[in-house]
Formats: sequence, structure tokens, C-alpha cells
Amino acid sequence: MEKRNPKAWLYLLPAMLFLGVFMVYPLIDVFIYSFEEGYNSASQTYYGVGLYNYSYVLHDPYFLQAVKNTMILVAITVPVSTGLALLISVGLSSIKPLRELYQTIYFLPYVTNTLAVGLVFMILFKKTPYTDGLANLIINWFGGESIDFIDGPYWAKMFVLCFYTIWVVLPFKILVLTSSLASVNQSYYNAAKVDGTSKWRIFIKITLPMISPMLFYLIITGFIGAFKAYSDAVALFGTDLNAAEMNTIVGYVYDMLYGNSGGYPSYASAAAIILFAIVLTITCINLLVSKKHVHY
Amino acid sequence: MKVILQNLTKKFPNRNKRIREDVVAVNNFNLEIPDGKLIGLLGPSGCGKSTALNLLCGLVKPTEGKIFFDDDDVTNLPAENRGVGMVFQNYALYPHLTVKQNITFPLENLKGKEKLSKEQMQQKAYEVAKLVQIDELMERKPSELSGGQQQRVAIARALVKMPRILLMDEPLSNLDARLRLQTREEIRRIQKETGITTVFVTHDQEEAMSISDMIVVMKEGVIHQIGKPQEVYDNPINLFVAKFLGTPPINVFAGRVKEQRLYIGDEAILTVKDVPDQEVYVGIRPEGFLLKKDGPLSCALEEVEVMGRDITVVSTHNACHNEAHTIRSIISAENIKDISSATVQFAVKPGKIHIFNKETEERIYFTID
Repeated sequence: MEKRNPKAWLYLLPAMLFLGVFMVYPLIDVFIYSFEEGYNSASQTYYGVGLYNYSYVLHDPYFLQAVKNTMILVAITVPVSTGLALLISVGLSSIKPLRELYQTIYFLPYVTNTLAVGLVFMILFKKTPYTDGLANLIINWFGGESIDFIDGPYWAKMFVLCFYTIWVVLPFKILVLTSSLASVNQSYYNAAKVDGTSKWRIFIKITLPMISPMLFYLIITGFIGAFKAYSDAVALFGTDLNAAEMNTIVGYVYDMLYGNSGGYPSYASAAAIILFAIVLTITCINLLVSKKHVHY
Repeated sequence: MKVILQNLTKKFPNRNKRIREDVVAVNNFNLEIPDGKLIGLLGPSGCGKSTALNLLCGLVKPTEGKIFFDDDDVTNLPAENRGVGMVFQNYALYPHLTVKQNITFPLENLKGKEKLSKEQMQQKAYEVAKLVQIDELMERKPSELSGGQQQRVAIARALVKMPRILLMDEPLSNLDARLRLQTREEIRRIQKETGITTVFVTHDQEEAMSISDMIVVMKEGVIHQIGKPQEVYDNPINLFVAKFLGTPPINVFAGRVKEQRLYIGDEAILTVKDVPDQEVYVGIRPEGFLLKKDGPLSCALEEVEVMGRDITVVSTHNACHNEAHTIRSIISAENIKDISSATVQFAVKPGKIHIFNKETEERIYFTID
């Protein structure tokens, strides 16, 4: 085999061209913008180079609020949705009758439009002059006070956002986990059974390690997806997320670019680079942890 | 421990729902396995031998019949309470655990009075690892082992809790030819050393014959013959058993008995007493042929395969009951000089000939004068 055939570069050219133009170049560009103070995209001018953009963003209360929201969202939705998905898929794979029906039902949210789902959640949670929403009906039924989930206290809004996010990401995780559970060779279970292993121990010692690569994949992509959350918050609380105290980091970046107070590509770039750094750190930690616990 | 299978039957519902009839995998099994012996369940694929093994270990519940371990009725006992060790066809070693963890896995399941300390587990694991000669591989993962080593680990894992009975499903099928030879002797040695009653399943008659104390020949869920390997080989009760045992297989001819003589084609090859005149199948083992100038059976020579110790003479005879009419006979290599012309003349050894009823394929016994 020839190792340094110039033809190889020719074959790679289309992919490299597209990746370069649409991925590598913008990435570098964002990195550069983040150091250019007061960059104006119309006139392509700026008045200095330095760390001012980062300093501004890190002192902006809206950004800090967005970071806090995003962190809470990640910390709650990733473990809960993954755990729930695992529970449901184990349940699904241990029942025989109607399994396909249940699988379809659990997969439905995945093919449903985000905004349509947002509308449904409005009906569930929003307080209007006519009704307090379905959730409040249930709370009232148990003797609780009505809560405004959409315009009310912070924790209520956060609860709705987490609930919504979990509900949206669940189907894909269930799909992946049920298929990876099904791919575990039955003879491992038979062997464990003959050796008198309890069901719980089979799950912990055999099932979990066997599906650990898939589980790990879901956790990594879950983290990244949750850090990039934006549209879910918009679907629930409208576009003015800063006012609702429900902004996310990506939402902050968007606002800085196009929002009412927008037109600051430098601040947006700095915020984007900070998000990138956070995601990179978390992913590296994930990879380190996985070395010990994931069995390929 | 003695194992008794009584009228054991297992029916599976037919996959094809239009056919209402159940598939009978194991049909009215009656078998007594003596204590401390190595038993080979032998049959072509799909004959229900693996199902029989799964019934023994408890992974499959019988439709009818009973299973006894000594005097205990274990028919309704689940697999985990039967105290059996099982070696699976694909070994089923847990890939994420080391060899040592794999071997101690069954011990960690023990509860209550039987619970062992960490040290006891280690000690037991090392004892059994020594027995199967893998004590130097304890820290490796299964993927870092060769097929033969994986097989040994699987046996060690099955043996570590001192099962009352050891079951092996096609234990040699995943090994290459040389390793197979070595491993089957190994299995024999381990079985002899531990004295555990062992049942193994195979479709390879050579494998079963070479190491078993007793073989059980099965076809379509029914036991055809039980006995010591040599006895079954020498005295098959029907055509199926005769054909299934032996490599190269037995040569089958269409023949007939007339006036106490056995004819193949027009040639009378043997005097058979006490057999009424009828059409028969004649089975002659490859080693039952003798080269003889005035021998009664004349065949057209096709090929001579020299194997060193002996030679295989491939020839054809019109009465031979297979498509190409070929006969494979094994004769001593010293006789190679006797083969010169296009036809070979054979005489036959009476002890190596079996005749079978043409309809029922059952053996017809005869006496030689």
C-alpha cells in the first residue's frame, strides 16, 4: 500500500472543504471575535484587542443567571432522564405482551414538534383568567394552593423547564437503551441463572456493564445537549427569557447577537467560547470517569 | 450423583401459527445416568439434545415427565437451586470481568450458611484454576485468551461451586481440530479427577465415542440407543445408529436374503442363518472389507487414498445405497500391492456386517455357522 498518495488528498478534498468552510473557519472566527473589543459586523471595525469581552460577560448578571439556569438544568435533567430511560427500557424488555405498542407510545414525543409540545405544556401548566391549568387542578385536588408555573416563582418555572426537557429527550434514550438491552446475548443471563444469581445482581453485574458503552454515549450527548438548551425555554417562556429569569447560555448568545438588546457579536463570541470551555471540561471529566466504568 | 429422567417430554408451540401441532423436541425420554460417569448425548443437529440438556439444568421446564437427582425430584426446581454447573456452547464468559472474577462469580451468589469469605473464594478459585491449568491467567480478560483457554475458564466457572452434575453444550465445537483433540482429553481428565457426573452434548460422534463412558444416540427427540461407545458401534440396533457412528461412515447396500444367503447384487457374500427371505439393507463397516483375489464382492476401483498407517480404497458398486454408489473401505497399508487392476475383489468380515429390515430399518440378527 502506498502511504503518501497525492490522490488520497483529492478524495478527501470535498469533505475537508465543507468542514473547513462551515466548521473550522467559523470556530476560529468566533475565537478571534471574542478578543476584539466592540466589533461591528456591518463596518467590520473594532477598537482594541484584549480580554474586556470576557470580563464584561462574566460580570453581566444576565449571563450569570443563564449559567446558573443551564447548570441546574444539566444537573437535574441528565441523571433523571437517563435513569428514567433505563428504568423504562428495562421494564419494556421484561414484558412480552404489547411491547411494540408501548415502544411506539414512548417514541411518539421524539417525532412531535417542539413548539407543539410547548403548546401542550402551556395547557398543562399555564394560568389563564379562565383556568389554572391541569397541573394546578391536580394540586388543588390534593388540597394545595395554585402555583403559576409559567410566570410564577423561580423554582416552579425551573421545574417546568426540567420536566419538559426530560420528557423531550426521554424517547431517544429509551430507543437506544431498549435496543442495546436486546443485543445482550441471552446466554450470559442463562449462565448467571444457572449459577443462582439474583435478579438485582444480574442487573448490576451483567446488564449494566454490558450496556455501559451505550449508557455512556447517552450521558455524554445528554450533557452536551442540555448545555445547548435554548428552544425548550423559548417554547415555554417566550423569547424574552432574561425577563423571565429563564435564560440559558445559548439563549444569552442569541440575545447578544439578534435580541432586542442585541448587536454585540464580540460579547456573544466570548459567551460562546466560555460555553465551549465548560462543555469541553465536562466531557473530559466524563471520559476520564468512563475509563474505569465502561466496558467496550 | 445419579440422574434419572423419567418419561421426559418437551413440546414447543409451533412458530408457524397455522400449524397447530406442537414441535416435540424431546419425546418420552427415559434415561438413567450412573454416578460419576461421563455421558455423551449424541445426535444430528435439531434432534433435541440441547433441549434435553436445558431440561437437566432447569432453564427449560418439561411438558411432561420427571427428573430425579439421586432421590430428589427436581422437576420443578428452578435452575439456580439445582446445583448444576453448565458450560455453554459460546462459553458465556462475562467479557467485562477478569478470569478470576468470572470464576468467583458463582461463589459470590452463595447466601446464608454457605456464604464464603473473600479468602475462601480466592482459594477455591485458585484450586479449580489449577485443576484446569489456567492459574497463570487469572488477571486477564476473556478477550485476551485463546479459544481453548476460554473453554477452560468456562469449565472452571462451572466447577467452582462443586456442582452435583456438570453439563456441557457442544464443548468442543468452537475449537480448531488440534485443540479439540487436546481439550477432549482434558475434559476426560478433569472429569476423572473430580468424579462429577458429567453430561455433554455433541453432534460429533468421534468426540462422543472417544471420551464417553456411555453414549446416548438421539434422533428427532427420541433415544435410539444407549450403551458403551464400542458396544453401540459394534451392535447398532437400527440403520440410523449404524450410519451415525463411525468415520468414514458405514457402507450401505441394497441387498436381499434368499435361502439363508445374503446377496448384494447377484453376489452371495455371506451365509446367514435364521433369517427369512426378504429385501434388506446391508451395512458393512469400512474396516470390514478384505482384499481377496476370489472375494465375492467385485467393485470398480476409483481411487486409493494413502493415509500412512492404512489406506482408503474408494470404489463403486451398483448396489451401494448412495448417489455415487461409492464404497469407502479401509485396509492395511501393507496390502497396497494387491491393488492393480480396475476392479477390486473384496471378501467381508462377518462381524462387521449388519443387516437391516428394508421397511423398519431395524436390525435383523443372524447367526453365522
